[in-house]
Amino acid sequence: MTTVQQIMERCQALFEDLHFNAVKQWKAAEPGRKAIGYMPVYVPREIVHAAGMLPVGIFGGGDQLEVIQGDAYYQSYICRIPRSTLEMGLTGRLDCLDGMLFPSLCDVIRNLSGMWQILFKDKYVRYIDVPQNYLDSVGGEFYIQEMQVLREDLGRLAGKPISDDALRASIAVYNDNRRAVQELYAYRARKPWQAPTSEVYLVIRAGMILPPQEHTQLVRDYIAAVDLENRPKRDNARVVLTGSFCEQPPLGLIKSIEMSGCYVVDDDFGLIHRWLLDEVPVTGDPLEELSKAFLHRSNQQASKYDEKKEDKGKLLVHSVKFYGAEGVIFAAPSFCDPALLERPMLQDVLSKQKIPYTAFKYAENTGQMAPIREQAGTFADSIKLWSAA
Amino acid sequence: MSTPVQMTPPQASKKPAPHAQKEDAMLLQKEMINRNYHELATAHENGRKVAATFVPGNLNELVMCFDFARSLPETNALQNGMRKKSGKMIMDAERDGHSEDVCTYVKADLGMMLGGEIGPTGEKLPTPDLLLLSYTGCFTFMKWFELIRQKYNCETVMLHTPYQGDGKITQSMRDYVVKQLKQTVIPTMERVSGVKFDIDRLRQYMKESAKAEDDLVRVLQSAKNRPSPIDGYFGAVYYIGPIFTAFRGTPEATQYYDVLRREIDQRVREKKGPITPEGEMAEEKYRLVVEGPPNWTSFREFWKMFYDEGAVVVTSTYAKVGGVYDFGFRHDPDHPLESLADYCLGCYTNMNFPQRIDMICRYMDEYEADGLLINSIKSCNSFSAGQLLMLREVEKRTGKPAAFIESDLVDPRYFSAANIKNRLESYFQMIKQKRSVAGVTAGH
Repeated sequence: MTTVQQIMERCQALFEDLHFNAVKQWKAAEPGRKAIGYMPVYVPREIVHAAGMLPVGIFGGGDQLEVIQGDAYYQSYICRIPRSTLEMGLTGRLDCLDGMLFPSLCDVIRNLSGMWQILFKDKYVRYIDVPQNYLDSVGGEFYIQEMQVLREDLGRLAGKPISDDALRASIAVYNDNRRAVQELYAYRARKPWQAPTSEVYLVIRAGMILPPQEHTQLVRDYIAAVDLENRPKRDNARVVLTGSFCEQPPLGLIKSIEMSGCYVVDDDFGLIHRWLLDEVPVTGDPLEELSKAFLHRSNQQASKYDEKKEDKGKLLVHSVKFYGAEGVIFAAPSFCDPALLERPMLQDVLSKQKIPYTAFKYAENTGQMAPIREQAGTFADSIKLWSAA
Repeated sequence: MSTPVQMTPPQASKKPAPHAQKEDAMLLQKEMINRNYHELATAHENGRKVAATFVPGNLNELVMCFDFARSLPETNALQNGMRKKSGKMIMDAERDGHSEDVCTYVKADLGMMLGGEIGPTGEKLPTPDLLLLSYTGCFTFMKWFELIRQKYNCETVMLHTPYQGDGKITQSMRDYVVKQLKQTVIPTMERVSGVKFDIDRLRQYMKESAKAEDDLVRVLQSAKNRPSPIDGYFGAVYYIGPIFTAFRGTPEATQYYDVLRREIDQRVREKKGPITPEGEMAEEKYRLVVEGPPNWTSFREFWKMFYDEGAVVVTSTYAKVGGVYDFGFRHDPDHPLESLADYCLGCYTNMNFPQRIDMICRYMDEYEADGLLINSIKSCNSFSAGQLLMLREVEKRTGKPAAFIESDLVDPRYFSAANIKNRLESYFQMIKQKRSVAGVTAGH
């Protein structure tokens, strides 16, 4: 059986490899294989997978990449993820990708899709628009058409059309992957001392690179292996971390939060793994089923419109209650419009529910952890004091 | 997102300026704006419902079909910026928990609410009965109205306009917008207003729109003349005011654009330059295309940096933010809903990056511009993210020099006059030098 250490070494290597050698190896294993990159937060990976391609999550350059060329394209008031993504593209690190998908998330990522079209003319580039109208006959039909265009484009790129059966098979693969990730999140919430978020995060990030079946197995192996470990249980505060759905915090920041006395029992890192909240039926029209899942059974996040005022923060509050959290940490990247505009509304909802929270900003290359550790530590202490009272 | 619009003439700078020269159309516009603010302030006591919406994707003709008084929060913010009121409003919003990193239009609006909703003209603005969330070309719009809804519990209806990611409007996109109009937007407006939708009324308004759009295009394109009779950026914000806001489709707007067109035609005949706040510009030394919105808090000071140097902006992308009319689009009364969809889909910031660059290059050529200036706005990622690539591409394709300055819409903390002036002066020098080199080369 694989040990936790072996699993973590593998995940860490995948996480640190900004040359995407795992993708190159996957492609080299069979002639003609193609890989398609995607940015946060959500794209229907099932379609990429059904084309026989590898979906690859591009989540920025982290704190190990020196951004030189990427900075030349952005003003100081733009977040860091487009800079480091461009840096990776311009320095050839993303040459292994045959295309890039830019989801409808914010103006910066949206504009990056057009920049990519200009800078990487030989690659397939598509902006993935998702509906903000949730009626099947309105937003649903539009979204099905958007997915159909992607399906046809990728079919052409692959050299053969994507059949309904291939789509259904891919939906089943991702259903299983979602189940595994949900199991992992549930396990961590039950025993956060056994599955620290600094490890869970790396397991999740591995899913951006590995083929889904392989990732599903890795997740299950990790749960099995970590459950055999005997790790000390601490009197930490249980918190939900939110706002980190796009540009990711450095791993050191996650560790700092944990070291300061917090158990993260839910988060929105790598949200694509949990974007759809339950199983997508593998019968019926596959695109229609994917559309229905998106419209009616998908996650709540700042780039998605809440139709009713009372819906605001519903899933966050649910997460706090469901996972038994004692507070919420708002951790958003600097200059992240969706997260920072959403934050006051969520804070208002939490205040009404008497759920404590704290907030800070970061960049993917934040190096100074002491202030964050102090803030998170004070927050954890205050939670413990309140709950003691 | 940043958006233009109705403006009263700029307030006087610290030094008493010469008597500000104004076109008749400017005076007419000022009357219209003030009247609209008064209508808004008295709407509820007069039994009228109030709808708020955004400039890009502004469905004014449709909103008028339901007798709504019309409020545009971006306009309120910029008017407050021009009147030097926005700085405090923004800081009030930041003290209330809003991040220093986000759009200052949003914070100026929220700050105005915190201060008792006193509008730019000093009258109290009403709480909207309906927020028409026309989600066109800017993600911040969605959060903005969610924030207002959170505070006031207003009814909100979304019109999601898909982005032209592939640089084109597809039938699927058009159908999606039309379906939303039919199935959600119009029924919601009927319910909130109590007025039944009459498509012939919509057609009538759209006929008026098309007439005004013809005149607007003629005015904006008059800048192809030498000298240009208008400034296509600083002056154009006055010209686009009525049509981008609460007046498109009204007979007053048609009249305004008719008066304006006549004035400008006359200036073309007389070979006159643009009117600036300090009178007619004497000599046209530099012809520029500008990308990005203006700064409002120091609008007049900013403009002066151009006309003092003899620089005229022949055209700007900002003058297209509430509708791109100069490539042929007109509101079409024969296909009213489809035409509204095409209008929303075609707004400037809903165009993808290659389209925006193509448009600027075309402007550089057609308006015989000496160069491109980008005013990059901190608040507005919709415009700003990627503008440095735009600068490189336009320089590469046109061979004309481009320059980059930074400011903000309505946050006075982000307007550094000395920096901007220095950069502009260097830029004008660069253009001059390029010209002399070109002259020498041509001489050989």
